[in-house]
Order: sequence, then structure tokens, then C-alpha cells
Amino acid sequence: MDEHRLDGNAAGGILGEVFTFEMTTTRAACAHCGATGPLGSSMAYVSEIGTVVRCTACDSVLIRVVRQVDGPQRYWLDLKGVEYLQFRERL
Amino acid sequence: MADIPRKLAWRIGEVVETSPDTPRTKSLFLKIPGWEGHRAGQHVDVRLTAEDGYQAQRSYSIASAPENGRVELLVERLDDGEVSPYLTDEIRVGDGLELRGPIGGWFAWEAREGGHLLLVAGGSGIAPLMAMIRHRKAAGNDTPVRLLYSSRSYEEIIFREELEALAAEDTSLEIIHTLTRWAPPEWEGYHRRIDAEMLAEIAPAAEEGPLAFVCGPTPLVETVATDLVGLGHEPARVKTERFGPTGG
Repeated sequence: MDEHRLDGNAAGGILGEVFTFEMTTTRAACAHCGATGPLGSSMAYVSEIGTVVRCTACDSVLIRVVRQVDGPQRYWLDLKGVEYLQFRERL
Repeated sequence: MADIPRKLAWRIGEVVETSPDTPRTKSLFLKIPGWEGHRAGQHVDVRLTAEDGYQAQRSYSIASAPENGRVELLVERLDDGEVSPYLTDEIRVGDGLELRGPIGGWFAWEAREGGHLLLVAGGSGIAPLMAMIRHRKAAGNDTPVRLLYSSRSYEEIIFREELEALAAEDTSLEIIHTLTRWAPPEWEGYHRRIDAEMLAEIAPAAEEGPLAFVCGPTPLVETVATDLVGLGHEPARVKTERFGPTGG
């Protein structure tokens, strides 16, 4: 059992730094297996250096986001595991 | 509520009261200027910055109802934690606390959504579920709720008196405790970890389509979620919030 495995909800903070809409209720389609679901229900692996969100169905990486902590804030955002995002403009 | 699209920003909340809940937990009550309100089940990120600039960040669920003007965070003291010992032992009324939120719309419930609720908590995982129970009462809502709450011992049942009082006046709120380590001699309730047999006894039938929220340490959450799905509950209606071994 991976002890750093959390729910997609745990990625809500860092994703909220990047996106202006609520990402935990945003539905993502996995580019690998096609499964869709709210990001809040996916798996998140959170560490000091970054956050990886994985598909609940096939465990493929959906999103990787890393923030440089020293100096001016700089982000790396990898979305290639996501075929599409479906979100509402407002809650 | 978050009507206006915005990015999440850090801000300072003021500690206006602290209250010990159990020997290992404490509630911090915060006033947060410009707080837009939250939905029951959401959390905040808390960030501490040392004098040398080193920062440590943790997530804490909001335990208070959205109707309450103050935000209550429930903090469990982890002896080797970087953040929780400061929050339970050092912080004082009047101090500022850097935080951002509310975060997370997935593990959240609003009274108008209704639905037969099954809440399952382990230890301090009660926090977001307590927000739901308090919100339900504040909203005058009578959605049936069943709470299965696992604690190590009777003394460590967080919010015990408040839960007892709420259940005593509300027949549609049922609370079932299980104690995993020490139980008083006269204890007649469950005295073991939550397992499939217990869930089969407690959970509403899957055919009733209850909405389940499960929160606590990762092993408990994963066991409960797996067992509920095994009992026929729809995975999309079993919402989980793993605390993980957060290192608090």
C-alpha cells in the first residue's frame, strides 16, 4: 500500500493555484483507458516536490503538476494523460 | 460560495478561540476576513513559515457548519509532525494563521441535495462529517443520517457530547460507535475495527441508494470503500477522503 496515496480532493489546493474553476468536480477522461470521472474521485500522490493525479480505473497518470518553490513561482503542468476536461464555468 | 472564478490565494485567519476536544485533538476557531463561506466537507490548506523561510503545508477539514460565521479546524496532534504540534500546543488566541480555501467540491454535501446519508469516520476523520451533521441541523433538514464512527477508546471519541445531544433530539440521526482498542467495562457497542460484517449491519441497503462519505486514515477508508462496493453500493456514491499518514 502506497502511504502517500490520497484522494483527488487533496490536489485541489495546487490545482486551484493554476485553474480558476473547481478542479475536484471537473470530469476528466483518461487518455489511456477512456474512463471518466470527477478529479476529486481519482487518486492523488502528493509530495513536497509535486502532485500526481492518477486514473482510478487504470492507474495511468492523468495530471502532473510541479511548482518551483524558490525564486519566482514557476509551474510545470503535464496534462497529456487527460483526453479532455469537462467543467462548469461556475459552481 | 465561489460564484466568481478566482484562483486560490493565501490569506490570514485570526484564531479567536481554541478548545481541547480530546487528549490528542484540539479545535481552532478562526475568523477569516472576506471568507466567502464553504460547503460542508471542504478543507483548507494551512501553511507555516519558519524564520529561515522554510514552509510546511497541510490540509485540514472544516468541522463547522457553513451557517457558522467562524471556521473550525480540528487538529490531531502527531508527535513527530511538522505542523500539528504548533497548532495544538503553541498557537494562541489572537495569532494569525496562513491558509487558503475552501477547497474541494467533490467530498461535499449540501442539505438541499438530500439523499439517505451514510457517514463513516475514523478518528479525526469525523471533522468534515461533523460539518455535514451540523449543517443539516442548521438548515433544519431531516435527511436520514447514519454515522458509523470508529475511535480508539471512549475518551478519544471527538465531539462525543455534541453527537449524543444531537442524536437524542433527532430520531433521523443515528450514531453507532465502535472502539478499536480500549472499551469501558460496561461498553455494549462494537469493539473492533470496522469490517464488512459491521457495514452489512449498519449501512442502509444498497438498493436504497444511500450516499456514503468515508473519512479517516487511508487503510480504514480503503477497507470501508471496498467493503461497501462489495455490498453492492455504487462506487460513484461512495465518496472518500483519505487523511493518509500525513505526517501532520
